[in-house]
Amino acid sequence: MVLQLLVVAAGAPLLVGLMRQIRARLEGRAGAGVRQPWRDLRKLVRKEAIAPHGTGWLFRAAPPLLAGTTLVVAAAVPLVTADSPLDGVADLFAVAALLALGSVALALGGLDTGTAFGGMGASREMTVLALVEPTILLAVFALSIRVGTTDLGAIVIATASSPLSLISPVSLLAAVALAVVTIAESGRIPVDNPSTHLELTMIHEAMILEYAGPDLALIEWASAMRLTVMLGLFAGLFAPFGIATAGAGPIALLVAVVAFAVKVALLGGVLAAGEVFMAKLRLFRIPELLAGSFLMALLAVAASFFLA
Amino acid sequence: MTDPLYVQTLDLACGAFLLTGVLVLWRRDLAAIIWLFALQGVALGALIAVRGLHEADVELTVLGLGVGLLRAVLLPYLMRRALAAGEEGREARPHVSVAASLLVTAVLTMIAYAVSQPLVRLAPTPATQAVPIALTVLLVGFFVLVTRRRALSQVVGFLLMDNAITAAAFLTTTGVPLVVELGVSLDVLLAVLALQVLTTRMRAAFGGTDLDELRELHD
Repeated sequence: MVLQLLVVAAGAPLLVGLMRQIRARLEGRAGAGVRQPWRDLRKLVRKEAIAPHGTGWLFRAAPPLLAGTTLVVAAAVPLVTADSPLDGVADLFAVAALLALGSVALALGGLDTGTAFGGMGASREMTVLALVEPTILLAVFALSIRVGTTDLGAIVIATASSPLSLISPVSLLAAVALAVVTIAESGRIPVDNPSTHLELTMIHEAMILEYAGPDLALIEWASAMRLTVMLGLFAGLFAPFGIATAGAGPIALLVAVVAFAVKVALLGGVLAAGEVFMAKLRLFRIPELLAGSFLMALLAVAASFFLA
Repeated sequence: MTDPLYVQTLDLACGAFLLTGVLVLWRRDLAAIIWLFALQGVALGALIAVRGLHEADVELTVLGLGVGLLRAVLLPYLMRRALAAGEEGREARPHVSVAASLLVTAVLTMIAYAVSQPLVRLAPTPATQAVPIALTVLLVGFFVLVTRRRALSQVVGFLLMDNAITAAAFLTTTGVPLVVELGVSLDVLLAVLALQVLTTRMRAAFGGTDLDELRELHD
């Protein structure tokens, strides 16, 4: 599990770098290289910590809280190994709640600055969050009905032992719902544009506009980890191949790490390539998209009763 | 066809049937709606054919192929022609907003499930257990028919209902007699043809097919 944490913590910025590189190449630019996010983080950490006038402890507490919840989620979710010491405590509901806690902390931090951008970003983030969280819960819940437990590790192990059960309407509907939600949660196009700073449409960037130095580094790092964890969870639930189980040897663990890296890199690559061809949705259309994914998740739960 | 394979393919066809039906509500682009309707036709044909293969009934299998051909190729072709004849290709302002109608669909699904429970309990087989899906699509089709403005999307709503009725018939029984199914299919074809003529005339007379603007008599 320590291995899993290390892989996520070290690999997340690389994933972001890889996605930026793919985008750059597809758009005909040379790109800054896969390791650029790490270089950015190093640069930011060396800077002086600075907080705007009039901000309180909320503003300073948000980045560590975001990074902390993300690290706990990264430890609890079956990414490299399905065996987690947090089993029994950290099931699907706990994971969704932790993700929500991180988002709420960041939104409060954005509100605390009292600037127009921070408040706007926070209110938009809440709009998205209100539809994203129930969808995550329902989509994974639909998968858990077959297994009979909400423990994520158990779901992944059960799917790995009978891969044919993936080709069912329940899994397909849940996969579509979870894919949309993953994109929304990690703030990618078409819900949010991670590389804009000037448009009125930004969501995530608006909230962190006032952060600088080590705080910003912490947030950037945590966002990268959230993206990695969400993609890893998606890959683990719908392609649970190579995930190590309890008591696996070092070779199995190595295979699991490689499989995890390949799966997440593949998903990230597809996401980045898709972003090149897509425009950002209008903000008012986002609830439509998310309501659609919520409906998919609900239909997945319903279908698991219809077609039992 | 072995039993687990039969159940899985049947479930898959039903899932695709449901998904395409619901997605019709989601898209505003009329061309995309027609595409979804064509995909649903494929799912319906597959559903019938799978049941035919399972019962080792050649007639049913051929019927499935025929239904699939009619609903996945011929009807979408006709509708695409009506669309290409110069209508603006978007459902701009449905009576109920898209997000709200998606949530209504969630409620409709629950209603369909609750209503069809007695039916399923009569003879619980994998096929009858999928009846709620047909009922859901029926209700969604009705909802599209009521809340959309464009003539073409209302046609799609009507055809969704017809698809759902056919699906329900084939899920609950081992099949309607061939003559009846042929009659129904011809009826649907005629209805679409008539509607195509009607939309052409409407466009010639009023310059659009927004049915809400046809409340008053024109000179």
